Amino acid sequence: MTEGIEKIVPPAGSAYVVMRIAKICQQLTRNYSVMFGAIVLGFVIFIAIFAPYLDTMDPGAIDLAWRNNKPGVKHFTILPDGTVQEWTYRMGTDTLGRDTYSRVIYGAQVSLAVGFLVAMLSLAIGLVIGLVAGYIRWLDAIVLRLMDGLMAIPGILLAITMVSLVNASLLTLILAIAIPEIPRVVRLVRSIVLSIRDEPYVEAAVSVGTRLPMILLRHLLPNIVAPLIVMGTYICGSAILVEAVLSFLGVGISPETPTWGNIMAEGRLLFRIYPHNILFPGIFLAATLLAINMLGDGLRDTLDPRMRKRL
Amino acid sequence: MTDESKIQPILEIKNLTVDLPNDSDRIHAIEEISIYVDPCEILCLVGESGSGKSVTAFSVMGLLPKDQLTPSSGTIDLMGENLLEVSAKRLRELRGARMSMIFQEPMTALNPTMTCGDQINEVLVTHTSMNYAMRRAKVINILGQMQLTDLSSIADSYPHQLSGGQRQRIMIAMALVLDPVLLIADEPTTALDVTTQEQILRLIKEIQHNHETAVLFITHDFGVVAEIADRVVVMQAGRVIEQGPAKLVLKQPNSPYTKMLISSVPNFVSHCRPLTKNAPIVLATKNLCKTYVRRGLFQKTREIRAAHSVNLEIRRGATLGIVGESGSGKSTVARCIARLIDPTSGHIYLESYDIAQVSQNSLRALRSRVQIIFQDPYRSLNPRRTVGASIIEGLVNYGMSKKEAYNRACLLMPLVRIDPDVLNRFPHQFSGGQRQRICIARALAMEPDLIIADEAVSALDVSVQSQVLELLDDVRRRLNLAVLFITHDLRVAAQVCDTVAVMHRGEVVEYGEATRVFDNPQHEYTRALFAAAPGRGFDFANVSIST
Repeated sequence: MTEGIEKIVPPAGSAYVVMRIAKICQQLTRNYSVMFGAIVLGFVIFIAIFAPYLDTMDPGAIDLAWRNNKPGVKHFTILPDGTVQEWTYRMGTDTLGRDTYSRVIYGAQVSLAVGFLVAMLSLAIGLVIGLVAGYIRWLDAIVLRLMDGLMAIPGILLAITMVSLVNASLLTLILAIAIPEIPRVVRLVRSIVLSIRDEPYVEAAVSVGTRLPMILLRHLLPNIVAPLIVMGTYICGSAILVEAVLSFLGVGISPETPTWGNIMAEGRLLFRIYPHNILFPGIFLAATLLAINMLGDGLRDTLDPRMRKRL
Repeated sequence: MTDESKIQPILEIKNLTVDLPNDSDRIHAIEEISIYVDPCEILCLVGESGSGKSVTAFSVMGLLPKDQLTPSSGTIDLMGENLLEVSAKRLRELRGARMSMIFQEPMTALNPTMTCGDQINEVLVTHTSMNYAMRRAKVINILGQMQLTDLSSIADSYPHQLSGGQRQRIMIAMALVLDPVLLIADEPTTALDVTTQEQILRLIKEIQHNHETAVLFITHDFGVVAEIADRVVVMQAGRVIEQGPAKLVLKQPNSPYTKMLISSVPNFVSHCRPLTKNAPIVLATKNLCKTYVRRGLFQKTREIRAAHSVNLEIRRGATLGIVGESGSGKSTVARCIARLIDPTSGHIYLESYDIAQVSQNSLRALRSRVQIIFQDPYRSLNPRRTVGASIIEGLVNYGMSKKEAYNRACLLMPLVRIDPDVLNRFPHQFSGGQRQRICIARALAMEPDLIIADEAVSALDVSVQSQVLELLDDVRRRLNLAVLFITHDLRVAAQVCDTVAVMHRGEVVEYGEATRVFDNPQHEYTRALFAAAPGRGFDFANVSIST
């Protein structure tokens, strides 16, 4: 029988947290799909930020004399002072003579902005609704029926309706894509809250007088963060795709804005003769989506091994 | 061992070592263990959690998780065949026909999508060439031997339609249908209520006698050992500490560890403590009722009376025990008193203030006065917060500064015998007993008038259990607390309670001083409950050690 005070050897809390974070980072760098996803995505982010410095021209500049050029065609301009400026259309030009290379590079900006902002927005709204619905019993039924209703409408249809009701700015587009994603986040958060709200440690917190917001924040939220990050990457990927689809259908952002979907929509008519207008933005779109999904898969396996079978 | 050598043992394990994966806290799950089971005997394998008793059973059945636990040396002989060397096909033939196993939790061990009859039938299909009518007759016959009634309807029911005791009987029937020579029972009664446990133990003993089966019975409960065992093997940390005939080991254990284990089992005799008759009443309930109403849109409304008209009183410095089987409503009462759930009707007087129906806001001011300690120490602390943060959470809620609360927690830790330096560690760095003491510290930090211990020691090993009980008692005495002690374990109740309430199906059937209730139970349910307690005639606390 131990009468005295017991000594315990393992490391103290703060040291333990540092150790744990270091271990997670180490696991992440060892995970090939995380590394591949991060590198490709990092590259896309890089070209989106530094688009003006990557030897691009104004993506909206129309040059009707140089319409429908194949990739690699050289273009000479004689400037007023007599010097000759040489310009190569690396990815050809479209039906209005715009440089496809510049448009694809600038297009990354819109795609990534839409992806990240939609993910942030739907996660934030879904998290709040899910936490409240999961913890406050009587609200649960009401919120869930609302979400079921929202889920019954095809996401793209809802987005098209919203964009055609209000004029198609970047903001309305983001809202239109984010709203159909919210029910999925709510369902995820709610299911985690339901599985944890009856844990004895939550009840213990109630019995020492912790208020509801603190219980949600302190005892429930930390369990949700990891699956939410994973969910975020999937939403980001699907948002980029939906934006491209909407632009391709001609209901996205106005056609003069360079987005990958807009460029492809533009190239659709002459696809058989000039496939480059669909090929290059298509490659970028596919690579970005692949990278994001692989990043998501890798993060899920590392951060939350139990989720492996759930999604 | 000279006289035993004449009989050929059914099962003989020699120098068996099973390795653990590399990053574990010890190298071997079991190390160099040698045990044998003779025909027609019940060998009890006893030990605390982590002692390797289940690993031993699983390695006999060849059910160890592959890649994680591998037998590295030794032999397991089942009637002359080394089970570690036979082919997978032969092992499959042996399982069920020669040796079979029953598990702790019959609900998860049975397939929920098949009827019980079909599951027993499946064993016969796999191992015999009987036709359907013969198999059906055999299934009904074996169910009859399990002392079940209404056999064909039981054979056609699904596991969830049966009670826990019936399910365990189905498991035993399935294990014995092919008349194996060896039955391995892995804590088969741990998940059952005492009265059911008693019936199942009697059944196993009877069946073992009729079928002349050798039984390897795994348990942590010395009460069960005293009830059933012919011989005992005591294990600790993967090694065999002691083995011998049950009577000898229980009465005169050779090793200090066995003696410690046995003497940690609380005695079934109520202790006498001068009752504090005129101490003020801290908490009283009057006609407390809790009814669960299940309302479905398309279903009939169902009402379940979890607690009905409960009247209890707890005085300062005294311990009130509520005992009862699962589903008797004892936890419901505790949770109503702690106001974790809202009572349907009745009154709960905390001193003179009725807290039964007060709103959440006014309740918050009173929360600190009633604190609850839960059953499972692994889940009652938030794994993502340091234990210090968990302990001071309540104090900070009531407006104390973090620093002050932390100092208070440091002062409190010696009381629960834990070093204050470890407050910044996380819960998983502590053992079960240490965590339960941390939970006690969390409750004490609030300076409550009443502590509710809801099965607070049920998940702990006996030796740890006795430490925690002793600590709770010490704290109660020093701080003059009232304690509401909820337990299904009559021994524990006998040891700690001043007054006892026996609950059955939501009602208090007997209520009075512990000595009176234990020595002279009035209600027939109380008598049945006491009669079912395993090893009740055995005086565990006063074993001598043989030299």
